[in-house]
Amino acid sequence: MNTIPMSYYLVLSAVMFTLGAIGVIIRRNPLVMFMSLELMFNAANLTFVAFSNAFGNANGQIFVFFVMVVAAAEVAVGLALIVAIFRTRHSIDIDLMNTLKN
Amino acid sequence: MLEYLPLVILISLAAGLAVLVVILGHSFGPHRPTAKKGLPYESGMTPYGPGTRRMSVRYYLVAVLFILFDIEVVFFLPWAVMFRKLGVFGLVEMLIFIGILLVGYVYAWKKGALEWE
Amino acid sequence: MSLSDLLILLPQAFLLVWASLLLLVDLFISKERKVITAILGAAGLAITLGLTSGQWGSRATGFNQMVVVDNFSVFLSGLFTLAGLVAIVIAYDNMRRTGIHKTEFYSLLLFSVAGMMLMSAAADLIIVFLALELLSIPLYILAGLAVPRAGSAEGAIKYFLLGAFASGFVLYGTALIFGATQGTSLAGIMASIQSGTAELPLLVIGAALLLVGFSFKVAAVPFHMWTPDVYQGAPSPVTGFMSIGAKAAGFAALIRVFSLAFPSLAGQFAPIFAVLAGLTMVVGNVAAVSQVSIKRMLAYSSIAHAGYILMALVPLADPSVAANSTASALTYLVVYGITTLGAWAVISAVENADGGDTSVRDLSGLARQHPWLAAAMTFFMLSFTGIPPLAGFWGKFYLFRTAIEGGYTTLAIIGLLSSLVSAWYYLRVIVMMYFRESEAGASRAPSIQIAAILLALAVLVLGLFPSGLFQLALQALANGVS
Repeated sequence: MNTIPMSYYLVLSAVMFTLGAIGVIIRRNPLVMFMSLELMFNAANLTFVAFSNAFGNANGQIFVFFVMVVAAAEVAVGLALIVAIFRTRHSIDIDLMNTLKN
Repeated sequence: MLEYLPLVILISLAAGLAVLVVILGHSFGPHRPTAKKGLPYESGMTPYGPGTRRMSVRYYLVAVLFILFDIEVVFFLPWAVMFRKLGVFGLVEMLIFIGILLVGYVYAWKKGALEWE
Repeated sequence: MSLSDLLILLPQAFLLVWASLLLLVDLFISKERKVITAILGAAGLAITLGLTSGQWGSRATGFNQMVVVDNFSVFLSGLFTLAGLVAIVIAYDNMRRTGIHKTEFYSLLLFSVAGMMLMSAAADLIIVFLALELLSIPLYILAGLAVPRAGSAEGAIKYFLLGAFASGFVLYGTALIFGATQGTSLAGIMASIQSGTAELPLLVIGAALLLVGFSFKVAAVPFHMWTPDVYQGAPSPVTGFMSIGAKAAGFAALIRVFSLAFPSLAGQFAPIFAVLAGLTMVVGNVAAVSQVSIKRMLAYSSIAHAGYILMALVPLADPSVAANSTASALTYLVVYGITTLGAWAVISAVENADGGDTSVRDLSGLARQHPWLAAAMTFFMLSFTGIPPLAGFWGKFYLFRTAIEGGYTTLAIIGLLSSLVSAWYYLRVIVMMYFRESEAGASRAPSIQIAAILLALAVLVLGLFPSGLFQLALQALANGVS
């Protein structure tokens, strides 16, 4: 069976990362921004696993474990913040969050 | 790439069949819509209120706790696979890890995060 | 892993264990006696400070060369623990007065300090990422600690989203560097570059992504837009801690990564650093002028100060000035840290009990009601401006001098001119305090007053005897970095 060329993984992960980054910038719903963030993280994970596989060492795969746990911790904090905001404002649109100005 | 050919055939067969059935149903089936038939549950209760009901915020708390404690399995699994090789050292390491998790668990418990009301 | 590995990370490990236990112990302390939690938190930091300063002068690597303890890490760890101690002193009074005394603050602060210390000891990009998250996640929560209060959760979610965004860049950059050099250890990356086995395009893109991520953390223009909102929304003691802790940790990572792993790339990155530094200084100082809220003003001022420090990273490629410029960055971090903690201590004292926003006008007449606080604030504002003989002057002096030595005279001139602009808004605070009639109320708690006065004294003493700190910073680089 032929192996899939390295560049395929790299291009896919670059596309995922770019989509995620654009999503964070242009979407206004924190939950969707979250998902975009996850996409960025997982793009990096894909790169790690792909390179790890190509080099034949496990370092990259172990890094992915750490990243997954860290991402879970981040999501927990983020969801808690969103719930806190929702309780006080009953809306989570990021554009409506403009009490912080002069 | 040849070894993927059966897969391609299967996928195109499945997709083609689905499309075909929908088209056949649309073009040959009778269309006599009435108000009753348009209801979401044809012979059930009459629905009222908005369709997208908000979930209670409490579900989020449970979800957050679930994410936190669920993802730790990612570290348990490799340890379980290599359990014999890692020996006592791995066991102690894992006990420390569980200890840290327990701190979080006790905190959540005492703060009342596990109570529904 | 062996016992010696653990010994190397003993201060960090101790602090983490202490913070976890504190979280549990706090559950069993009754509401009236929460001062015990504060004292225990401070004690943990003090012990950690002792443990970490015991490592001064030695150099050791551990955990398969993933962490390194040298004078650089000890120097910065000292800064982080001291900043944490001051933050606890400020926070105890402020949070009780504004009715947000949530005692998770102390554990979270300790976790964050541990993350910062780990960052200063990172010798591997994996550790850099983990430390970055360990220091950031508690800070996201701390920023939202005042939650029912308007703005706190809003600032926290903005901080969270942009912080995670920055982490994403760091992570993807790390992944690409891993691909380019087959490893993530800083020494391994350097070896791979020198032996020519590294894939250069991939490496350069990775390094650039890392730079973007860290620029977010240190709030360099154009990655600064979160700063004013977060600084304004977060409780003032948290902001004070964040303004030095997160920034110094970001710079620690920048210095470690760019001087250890990519010294050969430093030449290519010098123009980028120069543009970042110039933009950050100018935008920060100019935007600060028009601010009404003193918290937003100090946020823009912290951006400007990040610009000054970035100037030190420009001439890293030139070995004759690299040591001096890195040392001046460390010196400036300490000087800036003392000054900003002091300024935020005064703001924490002046803040209304409802925790609402504090404007520059709220300081008017402070000199009459609270002469000590006003005097301390004067010292901090003058030090921020860079008026001799205060510490801030020498901090800037060393930075501008190394910029000129490195051949970046234009940059030094931009820095000097933007400092002149900054005099306008810093001096406005002093004018408000001394020449306006009003009844500025402030906390009369002795702890916060003593903290402010001690920090003001430190600003003065470091200004009168500046060479000691600079020599210490040079020594901090002697056995590891550069």
